[in-house]
Amino acid sequence: MSDHRSIAGKAPRPDQHIPLVVVGAGAAGVAAAVEAARAGVEVLLVDEHPVDNDMMAMDVPLCFGQRMDATVRNRAAMLERVVETNPALATAHDAGVDVQLGTYVWGAFVNSATVQELPAPMLGLADDRRSWLVSFDRLVVAAGARDVLLGFPGWERAGTLGANGAAALLMRYRALAARRLLVIGSGVLGLHTAALALEHGVEIAGVVEVEAHLRGEASEAKRLAERGVPFFTAHTIREARGRTGEIESIVLVGVDEAGTPVRGSEREIACDAVCMAVGLVPSVELLHLVGARLVFVAALGGWVPEVDAWNRTSVASVFAAGDCAGAHDGMLRAPDVAREQGRVAGLAAAVSLGALDRGQAEARRGVRAPLSPASSEMQSYWQAWLRTQIEAGGWEVNVCQCEEVTRRKLIETKPPRYLKWESPQMSARDVGTLLRDGPINQDQIKRLTRAGMGPCQSRRCREQVGLLLAQAAGTTLDRIPLPTFRPPIRPLPLNVLWPADEPAAMREDWVSWFGIPTQFSPHWTAGMAVDEPTAHARLILSEE
Amino acid sequence: MTSGAAVVIVGGGVTGLSAGWWLARAGVDVLVLDKSIVGWEASGRNGGGATHVGSPFGLEEQRLWPQMDELLGYPTEYQPHRIGIALSEPQLALARRWAEIGESRGFRWEPLDRRQLKELVPIVGDEAIGGTYLHFGGHANPQRTVQAYAWALADHGGRILQHTTVTGLVRRGGRVTAVETTRGTFGADVVVVAAGPQTGLFAEMLGVALPLAPARVEMIATEPIPLMGVGGVAGNGLYGRQTLRGNLVYGGGPHEWINVPDMTTPEHANTPLVRNLARRLAELFPGAAHVRVIRAWSGLVENTPDGLPVVERLSNPDNVVIATMSSVGFGLSPAVGRAISELVQHGRCSFADLGALALSRFAGTPPDWRERAGWVARPAEVAAAGGDG
Repeated sequence: MSDHRSIAGKAPRPDQHIPLVVVGAGAAGVAAAVEAARAGVEVLLVDEHPVDNDMMAMDVPLCFGQRMDATVRNRAAMLERVVETNPALATAHDAGVDVQLGTYVWGAFVNSATVQELPAPMLGLADDRRSWLVSFDRLVVAAGARDVLLGFPGWERAGTLGANGAAALLMRYRALAARRLLVIGSGVLGLHTAALALEHGVEIAGVVEVEAHLRGEASEAKRLAERGVPFFTAHTIREARGRTGEIESIVLVGVDEAGTPVRGSEREIACDAVCMAVGLVPSVELLHLVGARLVFVAALGGWVPEVDAWNRTSVASVFAAGDCAGAHDGMLRAPDVAREQGRVAGLAAAVSLGALDRGQAEARRGVRAPLSPASSEMQSYWQAWLRTQIEAGGWEVNVCQCEEVTRRKLIETKPPRYLKWESPQMSARDVGTLLRDGPINQDQIKRLTRAGMGPCQSRRCREQVGLLLAQAAGTTLDRIPLPTFRPPIRPLPLNVLWPADEPAAMREDWVSWFGIPTQFSPHWTAGMAVDEPTAHARLILSEE
Repeated sequence: MTSGAAVVIVGGGVTGLSAGWWLARAGVDVLVLDKSIVGWEASGRNGGGATHVGSPFGLEEQRLWPQMDELLGYPTEYQPHRIGIALSEPQLALARRWAEIGESRGFRWEPLDRRQLKELVPIVGDEAIGGTYLHFGGHANPQRTVQAYAWALADHGGRILQHTTVTGLVRRGGRVTAVETTRGTFGADVVVVAAGPQTGLFAEMLGVALPLAPARVEMIATEPIPLMGVGGVAGNGLYGRQTLRGNLVYGGGPHEWINVPDMTTPEHANTPLVRNLARRLAELFPGAAHVRVIRAWSGLVENTPDGLPVVERLSNPDNVVIATMSSVGFGLSPAVGRAISELVQHGRCSFADLGALALSRFAGTPPDWRERAGWVARPAEVAAAGGDG
């Protein structure tokens, strides 16, 4: 006998099967797709850019800080521009790769300890109108990296960008609506961002560094200085000012050797945008969803997939390449590294699909590009910024913009404002009292404070929440378990996510709960069924 | 022996935590053990419904919920009343049946026509043919509630040990005298087992057959939308609510039977079923079809063959209380916790007849009942996602 109410036999099936799917059309993704296609593998390369304007306004997938110009509303023009600004896409197309742009990957579904009914490993894809499912034999994830954002008073105003968000608007979209940009962070990322902006005609109001000396390459700093870029070392950001909702200036304050703001050293810098360029974290959402083992490697930006010499993750059918496998200054200095990782992943995927033999792959792989050493771990650098920003900007700054959770509310684990809850018991509780019950867990704090539960899906606050909790617990970021990622990893409307049609069995046998006829019977009328129409499940209470 | 307590509770879900809180506020020395974090499994992942008037615990559930915030000293986000929406005649009949069960217990309800429905729930569409307004029942925030129980329990002197997996029960002279864990052995005068899907494993250690089938179920949550007057709105084969923040949080549809989980904390994986949930939610609320889904999750629950709880103080060993709520535990937790605390202290429950929930009803249940009912897991695959090349 089968249970018609269960998923058995009616698990959603893929709309399409592709031997190899590559996610992300940056340098690594395109290289992977091209290598595999040249080996004769049927490849689908998906990339979400150009992202829908509404999504960009939510800072998804990158922090665009509301500084997109009006052209991003024109989908056709943006599609053209994304193709035009990424010449490698033409190479992929010529190699026979099916390139799908403007396509989100919102989920990855595989069988696991608690899921056995999926007919195949699948990705959930979507554009602005509909979603669909694609099954795959092999998957290369080249999803890039996200910016680390650290809040300050007024950072909710339009004009707060991340370095990757700014780079996307400058290079892919050519649609940055900012004239004068202040860059926070003088590492390779910050200096690159400043140079890139200058190249595209954006004035640089300055580069700010919390440490006493510039962190990036001296030669690059010198070139920027020659073009009139001022540097503010031993400074932190105190607040953003401007008319309602807009950034018109940033107030900096000098810090002493201990990182304490120096009274009277404030200076106000006129700018219409500020770009957080203190660091990147690998985008590991999909890798997490497919069950790839993630490890915290400080020098690689935090949580990264464990990969072998062929960029294969702990899940044999899944490969990772580019920034999502480790984001650090070495990658920024040498873009060839990401490309090489992508090539290797593409070759390995082709080998594992039987399209190439190992020897051919070795030959095509060639000599490994030497990787410049990763910078020292970034987490203590981020903490240095955060500590000065707290000293300069205080505790009433929102760490989570979506849910309006301040640093103070987070550390005091206070219920959200809308509950208007006060009790002596609640006042006595904070992160410290939770710590008595066990190590700090970001997902638990999220449940209590709502930090990270908003529509941006914690893209803007994930790292700052982790850093604040690490501070409060007297520990380091690597000791805090990775907060989970949940599908859909892009916020999609119900009427985009829904399936256009469903198998008859899905509709006919659908019940809100298990469909056990006696489950909700009034106990005083034992055995009377209160079930959603028809009850297939038979009661097996005794031997017949 | 590390240390112990008069009452050791195995499992820090809503049932165990509520029992522990009731015991602690009665002055009993209580220790709750959990393999991970309190409320980390189904207790913190459900629809938050508190409308189970057909249960033996139903009247007590209804009596207690409006007082819980005050009793606990922490917010549960409890909100009273429910609205049922029907898009078809069978759905309307079902909604009315729920209402009538309440009526037969003395609660008030009224039918709603389409116009009234639209006034109360502006996002319903023309497909809605009618509904019910229940002046009883309600909903709360499961995550906030489990933490409220845990904190309130501690405020009354109870203790909780998280990240502590129970590995064995020590028996001596017809009683369980201690609980073995990954962090030492804890002596106990009475042991309560409220371990969700793993409850059966502990029963087995005591030589007690407790038929349980675990399953995985899924939910989705949207971005917040403006608050409706009543958040406890459901229908179209969905259960759930609008939270006080404004998110629409709903589940329903096919479950997946799984194998009995071991003592580790499972991944809470979703499947593409989230799309089918999105479809039903948009059908229920056409006015919210454009609203974005921002997360989904799954949870593991267990069911007995008749879907009803087992809440019983065993006769042998006679100092153990076993509790499984058969996948419907959150809403009933205030009442069940009180019942368990009475079973622990007095051996009987003063406010509910637990006769229908006795384990003896499964005395004749054959060992292969899951296969017979089709409540079985598909055999596990070797590799998680595809094989090696």
